[in-house]
Amino acid sequence: MNVVEEDVLGELTTAFRSRRTRSVEWRKAQLQAILKLLDENEEEIFEALKQDLGKHPVESYRDEVGVVRKSATNALRCVEKWMAPQKAPIPLVLFPARGAVVSEPLGVVLIFVSWNFPISLALDPVIGAISAGNTIVLKPSELAPKCSSVLANTIPRYLDPEAIKVVEGGHDVSEQLLQLKWDKIFFTGSPRVGRLIMSAAAKHLTPVTLELGGKCPTILDTLSNFSDLQVAVKRIVGGKWGPCNGQACIGIDYVLVETKFAPVLIELLEKSIKTFYGENLKTLANLARIVNKHHFDRVHNLLKDPKVAASVVYGGSVDEENMAIEPTILLNPPLDADIMNEEIFGPLLPIITLKNIEESIQFINSRPKPLAIYAFTKNDSLKEKILQETSSGSLTFNDAMIQFLCDTLPFGGVGQSGYGRYHGKFSFDTFSHEKAVLHRSFLVELESRYPPWNDFKMEFVRLAYNYDYLGIILLLLGLRGLIRTNRRR
Amino acid sequence: MDAEAIVKELRGTYGSGKTKSYEWRVSQLKALLKIAENHEKEITDALYSDLSKPELEAFIHEVSMMKTACKLALKELKRWMKPEKVKASLTSFPSSAEIVPEPLGVVLVISAWNYPFLLSLDPVIGAIAAGNAVVLKPSEIAPATSSVLAKLLGQYMDVSAIRVVEGAVPETTALLEQKWDKIFYTGNGKVGRIVLAAAAKHLTPVVLELGGKSPVVVDSNIDYKIAVRRIIAGKWGCNNGQACISPDYIITTKESVPKLLDAMKQELEKFYGKDPLKSGDLSRIVNANHFQRLSKLLDDNKVVDKVVHGGQRDENNLKISPTILLDVPEDSLIMKEEIFGPLLPIITVNKVEDSIQFIKAREKPLAAYLFTSNKKLEEEFVMNISAGGLLINDTTLQVALSTLPFGGVGESGMGSCHGKFSFDTFSHKKAVLRRSFAGDVPARYPPYTAGKARFLKALLNGDIIGLIRALIGW
Repeated sequence: MNVVEEDVLGELTTAFRSRRTRSVEWRKAQLQAILKLLDENEEEIFEALKQDLGKHPVESYRDEVGVVRKSATNALRCVEKWMAPQKAPIPLVLFPARGAVVSEPLGVVLIFVSWNFPISLALDPVIGAISAGNTIVLKPSELAPKCSSVLANTIPRYLDPEAIKVVEGGHDVSEQLLQLKWDKIFFTGSPRVGRLIMSAAAKHLTPVTLELGGKCPTILDTLSNFSDLQVAVKRIVGGKWGPCNGQACIGIDYVLVETKFAPVLIELLEKSIKTFYGENLKTLANLARIVNKHHFDRVHNLLKDPKVAASVVYGGSVDEENMAIEPTILLNPPLDADIMNEEIFGPLLPIITLKNIEESIQFINSRPKPLAIYAFTKNDSLKEKILQETSSGSLTFNDAMIQFLCDTLPFGGVGQSGYGRYHGKFSFDTFSHEKAVLHRSFLVELESRYPPWNDFKMEFVRLAYNYDYLGIILLLLGLRGLIRTNRRR
Repeated sequence: MDAEAIVKELRGTYGSGKTKSYEWRVSQLKALLKIAENHEKEITDALYSDLSKPELEAFIHEVSMMKTACKLALKELKRWMKPEKVKASLTSFPSSAEIVPEPLGVVLVISAWNYPFLLSLDPVIGAIAAGNAVVLKPSEIAPATSSVLAKLLGQYMDVSAIRVVEGAVPETTALLEQKWDKIFYTGNGKVGRIVLAAAAKHLTPVVLELGGKSPVVVDSNIDYKIAVRRIIAGKWGCNNGQACISPDYIITTKESVPKLLDAMKQELEKFYGKDPLKSGDLSRIVNANHFQRLSKLLDDNKVVDKVVHGGQRDENNLKISPTILLDVPEDSLIMKEEIFGPLLPIITVNKVEDSIQFIKAREKPLAAYLFTSNKKLEEEFVMNISAGGLLINDTTLQVALSTLPFGGVGESGMGSCHGKFSFDTFSHKKAVLRRSFAGDVPARYPPYTAGKARFLKALLNGDIIGLIRALIGW
């Protein structure tokens, strides 16, 4: 195995050195190939997502295939513009000169995918890496084995197989990959593994992007208009159970609400859940399933804590045989319980009540920075307060999840939710080095740059640094000293 | 006070929101500027004591650069802090989107000894401009500057948010054990790896400003005098070669060597006199350790007979004269590590184009320089050479431009600084999306149907016609 991977890196390095991945034609051809791959294998991808995670095709299109198509189309349209050198203004002192920032590929990059969105979290960063002109190793998650094998089977058929490779496998393979020297590592997953990736990257000074998660809170203000409330609740249900049944890094983790408002909220949540997914644990529809036994047990254990169990106000039933957990609402589980200290990453939704909705800011700030904060409110001063006083990867008002679809917004965490960002041009930048390029001519030569040093040169440099061009002229004409002495008198 | 207590105190200050206000940032930047203005002599004296840095060099490269950075930040800060409106997509219509820069929190700046004033305060300017609380750890290898910084920052700055911690390895280790929101390190790759590994424990993002062997390619069709003066200014005129962007070695063709060498010798004498060990316009080697290190490079058997100019050493005063070596073997020590001193090897190639291959076969440097009047070679150099920055027909000036990012790639580091890039380095770009309660699309929600699937496809593809068709049920 080890030998194979050394070869993988060698081959990709050769491909990178051949310089063909730098041409705009190559980049566009690869992006087009991704679109073709999706078009011709859509059914296969839907099927794999169904088997790995029980995702409904509409959900699969919305969160996976559609997202990647949108990114690839956008990159195709913009890549040439992204690649163009950016002119940098030059101060007159350096005249004549020309400055530019040139984006160049980093080299051979490694992308680790997580299991919850095994297609989009694989291909979305790949689109960035291709747009920037890198060669790529993609390591899909072994916890979504069907999707992993769909990627491994299709990518070599559609994309340049000497420049973009899929390496399947588990921990041992990941560990071996991490021994090698990459020019960038892009990782989506948990903080625990994120730390391992960073430590491994440190040996080779490899820059890393970490897309992690965290407990993403939703602040729900007391909404007086009933139709607003209905929309808010639908969006909360959509943001909790919609994406992979709560197994999403930007999924809603818990809701903060004023005490008096909680009963209405719970009632409406129940109604929505029933309409969307049904009531009976055995016949739930339109919900992804828990990925595997390990995660089923993990989520189940969160519920087993007696104090937590006592706080369940809706759902709570569990089918061990089929690894199914009902959409579950909990009211005020103890704050020191695991469910309020770990990322839930499953179909449980705690509701925490506060006396005053403004206390939510304090509540959020006393915990690690989340990947996303959602706030439903029509109160502009509350919006401003949340914007100014909390910190998170992203902040969305009056909706959930949808910021993910905005190519013009950077997607990425801060603090415990990770660092680095992608989507749209940010993906391109993440996989590029911004090279500073300055061109000078031999024409103008300023003597004052060179030793031996004397007072005249000192004066000249002082003026140059202040961009005091008039002063420079006076100094050169020998008038400046005169004026200064006059002033002193 | 121990590291843990300092971080705790700074976290308290940061948590109060004080450092986020525009007024606080401006007041602190102004205080920094005052330090430079009121204490120029004290600073240049300290730099003289640490490095025998000539006063004018200390002024140009350290005090002035720092002041320029400070003034720029003061002038641009409002613009930098302003949220950037971006177009929201059709998919999330109706909505408005913006990117809001916010401070990261409590950050650590670990600085280097070669430009101990500038490399300490330049990142601090960025950190303050972005609204962070900062701990600065100056280098213990430049003790006079370290103590001036500690004294002046303590006197002028808001000490509840900005601190200087002096010390060596044990103090740095204690600092690295703390949880930071960003670490900005300037120095070498060995320590860079230690910093990264320490940061991994807390998932802290890191900027590494390292160095590397920055090459200078000299073509034959140029004005040698100007080229040579610019090379000398970048090599010996920058802290006697002890600078991360200093030219490390020259690559040129065999036939260029005599003219190049002649010009070098001539201009060196003009700049530093017949006995450069006595020149007041050259920094000394920082300490005995580095003097030994450089001596070892010179005494390497593979290069002892390659010295074509200079080579004089004065161990007592830690001085080494500008030294040029010709045709050193590639496996000599001097070609294997960053020289970081007044030695300049010249490598000869058959064709000047071969220099590109030579550079590419090595680690990516922080800077690469080319002197030529051949546009085609220039183009090829820019396209082929990966380095932090490239400069054609001059050396080291790229750092003076706040519109260009300064930072390495590969072994020369990661992350960038200067001007707005410094502000960005110490900011988190928060994505903010504002939606109204109107415009809710039922297709987002289950139960899922074929019609919803078609609608979503059209929506995600930005296909308006398809959208209308899906809506009216075609």
